[in-house]
Amino acid sequence: MAVDIIVCVKQVMDPEMPASAFRIDPDAKRAADAPGIPPVINGFDENAVEAALRIKDEVGGTITVLSVGGGHAMDVMKKPLSMGADALVLAQDDAFAELDARATARVLASAVRRIGRFDLILCGRQASDWDNAHVPLGLAEILGLPCLAVAQKIEVIDSSGVIVHSVTQDGYDVIEADMPALVTVSNELGEPRYPTLRGIMAAGRKTPEVWSADDLDIDPDMLEPGVRIVDLYAPESSRQVELVQGEDEADAGRNLAIRLREAGLI
Amino acid sequence: MVDVLALGETSGDGLDPITGELVAAARTLGGSVAVALLGDGLAAHGEQAAALGPDSVLLAESPALDGTSIDAYVTAFEQVCRSASPGAVLVGKTPLGQNVGPRTAFRLGAALAQDCTAVRRDGETGEVVASRPVYGGSATAEVAFTGDAPPFIVMRGRVCEPAEPSPSTDANIIRVDVEIAPSDIRARRVESVKQDIQGVRIEDASVIVAGGRGLGGPEPFERLREIADLLGGAVGASRAACDAGWIDHAAQIGLTGKAVAPDLYLTVGISGASQHMAGCSSAKNIVVINKDADANIFQEASYGVVGDWRKVLPAFIETVRELVT
Ligand SMILES: Cc1cc2nc3c(=O)[nH]c(=O)nc-3n(C[C@H](O)[C@H](O)[C@H](O)COP(=O)(O)OP(=O)(O)OC[C@H]3O[C@@H](n4cnc5c(N)ncnc54)[C@H](O)[C@@H]3O)c2cc1C
Repeated sequence: MAVDIIVCVKQVMDPEMPASAFRIDPDAKRAADAPGIPPVINGFDENAVEAALRIKDEVGGTITVLSVGGGHAMDVMKKPLSMGADALVLAQDDAFAELDARATARVLASAVRRIGRFDLILCGRQASDWDNAHVPLGLAEILGLPCLAVAQKIEVIDSSGVIVHSVTQDGYDVIEADMPALVTVSNELGEPRYPTLRGIMAAGRKTPEVWSADDLDIDPDMLEPGVRIVDLYAPESSRQVELVQGEDEADAGRNLAIRLREAGLI
Repeated sequence: MVDVLALGETSGDGLDPITGELVAAARTLGGSVAVALLGDGLAAHGEQAAALGPDSVLLAESPALDGTSIDAYVTAFEQVCRSASPGAVLVGKTPLGQNVGPRTAFRLGAALAQDCTAVRRDGETGEVVASRPVYGGSATAEVAFTGDAPPFIVMRGRVCEPAEPSPSTDANIIRVDVEIAPSDIRARRVESVKQDIQGVRIEDASVIVAGGRGLGGPEPFERLREIADLLGGAVGASRAACDAGWIDHAAQIGLTGKAVAPDLYLTVGISGASQHMAGCSSAKNIVVINKDADANIFQEASYGVVGDWRKVLPAFIETVRELVT
């Protein structure tokens, strides 16, 4: 009962980069590339790769990693291969740069159809650049698949069913569906594993499949944006902090409590 | 045909607060406002929604809308949208809205703006424009929509003052027939596992004491719980503290955790990454204990102490105890 898994990943700018390195390009209405800070694979997508690897460890099967974009940094995109994924497919075309969520879901759907056979599609719950959090849901709708969101655990029960522990406000729901299905993965699943030396060597020998818009028979209408960014700016904070002092740190702690009492906050 | 359709939500015998917030947001767009409620046995909820002052309330009832499958809600909401043909659709960034909004939008071929903090109609063009934090909150995007399908807007919770219920209302309550076939149900909840909650629920707390990576381990959270108990509040956390396993993930505040708006949000050892602030910037007062004077969180705070919590906190707790008991 081995399962074939497609994991969708996105290359993003590093969300952990220092706040001072974040610049907005007001003309392009996007974040400016941060010189010297390499892009990364979206964090939740790495959780999805980890989820796939755990399933593969358990029941066997294959993992194909799929990404859509205008261009990809190959050393970054090979990370899932070095973690243990089997194959990498890049839907890559100038026409795929800066797609909105709806168009991204459409291109992913075309690429998934071309990959063909699969039991599960795993996606990170949202990408840390545009925080759209609806590409996976759209992909499930386009492909007509059951959609199980925000998983912290995935269990393949037999050749046709999947059980997911889906994070809720105060615990989790156990959700069941038939495969093929799409599951979105959250950080509660646990840290992604590190690439092994053997994995890195194996990844080095693998060449990704690269598919253009033509290869995927993408009609330009499909890529028409549904949303238009009219402005992009840095938010401002209007708050002014009052720093409470004291003779030493303990005294400052005492004074803070007194100050909060005076302000009617406690 | 309505101008703005808001997906209301129920909570037990009442309405989820997001319903009033969405009605208020819908009002800022002008025109007629309808609230849709999906469920089974909604007569009382319908009256409550009508009291929030929309022009109409659309009730879609079916035994399949019993909370066990999101698919039933997507199927129903698609039918409600097709029958109401709204000019714009508002849903909440709630466990239900987050799923039903986007999936319905895709079924209608509509575009969607996620996690919006404001919505308005452009004075000149009359277009709907939504504001949304992006790049984890490092930037704000103003988003307009193209195409003929109604724009879908997912509103973050606690960013609008909710519409107040009023006894005099002339909203029409209309039942919308929805058909949910067994084949529409693809994923099904078979069990719901809930954590025991100590004290007040974070979502309802007027005081939240939140800890981060700077706490260094699980034990200091016991100190935070002491403060929370003294103040009748709840304990929250940054994602870093949750990922480290020091506290349950249900305590996570932020972009991908809970959005809260307490009167007092006291943080200890949290740096204030934009993704964390996304969940707490609606707090009336943010108070900070952090040893790094340059930590971002001071920029959004009303009061703060620059110092090591190990030294600041014991005296703080002792004084709070004296003051409140
Ligand atoms: C897509 C995405 C979604 C995310 N969603 C969330 C979310 O929902 N919620 C969330 O919180 N994060 C979220 N994050 C993570 C976020 O970016 C930060 O990494 C996280 O919030 C940092 O947590 P922290 O402030 O506890 O840790 P740090 O940033 O490491 O800060 C620790 C702070 O503790 C202080 N400190 C250390 N020792 C002491 C001491 N002895 N006394 C006093 N102060 C001390 C330090 O000065 C520092 O400011 C998300 C990230 C991404 C990419």
